[in-house]
Amino acid sequence: MVILSKILILAGLFFFLTSVIGLLRFPDFYSRMHATGKGDTLGAFLVLSGLALYNLHHGFEWLVIVQSIKLLLIAFFWFIVSPTATHALLRSAYESGKMPWTKDNKTVIDWPPQKEN
Amino acid sequence: MENFFINISVVLGLLIIISMYRAIMGPTIFDRIIGSGFIGTKAIVVLALIGFIYQRIDMFIDLAIVYSILNFTGTLIFSKYFLTKGDK
Repeated sequence: MVILSKILILAGLFFFLTSVIGLLRFPDFYSRMHATGKGDTLGAFLVLSGLALYNLHHGFEWLVIVQSIKLLLIAFFWFIVSPTATHALLRSAYESGKMPWTKDNKTVIDWPPQKEN
Repeated sequence: MENFFINISVVLGLLIIISMYRAIMGPTIFDRIIGSGFIGTKAIVVLALIGFIYQRIDMFIDLAIVYSILNFTGTLIFSKYFLTKGDK
């Protein structure tokens, strides 16, 4: 159980590392959001579930099980909430007029966005 | 195992310091919002790890729950605010 939780925590750290590289190196706001919105979510989920698994290694008392359930609650809450925040931020950037980066400044989307009704 | 947790926390702190570049020097306001949200996620994980290091996991889990809710609400409110105001 300890070995498995160690593997989960190290995998989460790998996803955090890749999302930091994407945050620093990508050329555009939208592509930076592509890197952090996914790597951040999966990294936090893996690390927190690894910690919840490690918390059970002393024994299965009632208090310990409640603490592990709370850790998994944070993990699932963040798994739902982080893509929601990313989506809201991307919609805000799109509707306030940010153009996505292309290689030779071609326009790939229609601007302003077509409002229905 | 505590040394392992301390090492993981130190690496996460280094990632926070590196990603502060994007949160401070970002070209637009949305880059700064992404950077601050990224730092907030690292802070949740580091809070849970500190609870395991100090053997006080019952207290630090509640702090991590509150911090995750605050981080989500902050990002959502900033995005709604700059939706109406624009990048000015």
